[in-house]
Amino acid sequence: MVIFELIVYPGLLFAAVIGLLSSWFERRVSALVQWRVGPPHLQPAYDLIKLAGKETLVPRTANRTLFLLAPLLGFVGAVLASLILWKANLGRSFLGDLIVLLYLLILPALAVILGGLASGNPVAILGASRELKLVLAYEVSLVLAVIVAILKADSILLNRLGNTITIGSLSGVIAFLVALLAIQAKLGFAPFDIAEAETEIMAGPYLEYSGPPLAIYKLTQAMMLFLLPLFLMTVFLGGIDFRGLGWLWGILKYLGVLLLIILIKNTNPRLRIDQAIRFFWRWGLGLALLAVVLALIGDRVGLKWL
Amino acid sequence: MGSNGSKRLKLDWRAWGVAKSPWVYHLATGTCNNCDIELLDCLTPRYDVERFGIKLVGSPRHADVLMVTGMMNRKCLSRFIEVCSQVPKPYIIVALGACGSNKGIFHDSYNTVGPVERVVREVMKEDTIVVNVPGCPPKPEAIILGVVKGLKLLQERSKR
Repeated sequence: MVIFELIVYPGLLFAAVIGLLSSWFERRVSALVQWRVGPPHLQPAYDLIKLAGKETLVPRTANRTLFLLAPLLGFVGAVLASLILWKANLGRSFLGDLIVLLYLLILPALAVILGGLASGNPVAILGASRELKLVLAYEVSLVLAVIVAILKADSILLNRLGNTITIGSLSGVIAFLVALLAIQAKLGFAPFDIAEAETEIMAGPYLEYSGPPLAIYKLTQAMMLFLLPLFLMTVFLGGIDFRGLGWLWGILKYLGVLLLIILIKNTNPRLRIDQAIRFFWRWGLGLALLAVVLALIGDRVGLKWL
Repeated sequence: MGSNGSKRLKLDWRAWGVAKSPWVYHLATGTCNNCDIELLDCLTPRYDVERFGIKLVGSPRHADVLMVTGMMNRKCLSRFIEVCSQVPKPYIIVALGACGSNKGIFHDSYNTVGPVERVVREVMKEDTIVVNVPGCPPKPEAIILGVVKGLKLLQERSKR
């Protein structure tokens, strides 16, 4: 039963299929924004099949073991995160699952950093260093924004967070905006695609990867494109309710969040790394702190809308 | 692609995958930038090659199609060989423009080591598929046709 859950339904296969479809949605909407037609809906799957059939090259300067194992680390993190998040939406939660989830969602970024550093390529190391700085920048804002939701739901269980619509209050709206930008950075989308930055440092940490390890990275990215909007939705917008037609409303909410992320991606230029760090530590952290204070005041005085 | 031939012989999934999502790495070896601009035209809304899964990548290690422009001058020769060794197999090379396919107006120049195909066959001694797309610059339609022909050839060769 545990194996089935891990590999098929809320785990690997389920997250991979939805993630690849979300990834197609992202490419298609981006194409429509640029007045193009865009790829067919199986394109992300074709990409994976192709990468699985290519040769794996390991640079001479690389640390071979770490270079090949790093993609798996992020992949495992994404699979476990999908398991916990989907089960919480189904109503099965355990004490501290939010904290476990927050840690698991960092693993893909860590895997990218480790892989980039292990490849021994100066440009990839530069990309890994940027990714590391970006993680240090957005993670505090994201956790503070989640704390607002915890205060509103009066619980740390993901299940309860999913039943509360945090965004119905002023502090909730502010916290949602901060978390949305943090998730944009977590996904590595513009304006925070600084680590990959195709036009300046080629593909950053992915530069030396080819064949199956690159396929695992791409699959992890696709799964994160499913997990992070779902996470945002569960924490702030109320998760998916499976009674009656609730699941339809849930899908609409998910697509809405995804669309918002894609439109931000397509309408913003890339920031420099110092600008991104300043942005998150000044505006992200400041607004998130403000939201926490507002939520605490609202809780003490008894004003629900604050 | 390859729907006619696939009935006779079994399909090689590696070559099929490359044909379904060919990622292009663009290498300039002494070019006037005319072909490079024409190559970028393929990505614009008018031609939109992302419909077929084609996209430009920044690293030769992600590439399936090595798009070579320019007349291959002496300084670029070692770089070209280095880049070719970085591209994971299976891949194809497309030599773009008059210069890439037969040296063009640099035919009698002292500084060129010959068209791409000659370098691959005689200097590197490899039998990688090389497609020549002549024209100064070639039209985007011709570039797309060149890639399609190369991918077909790759699929046919992998069946043998």
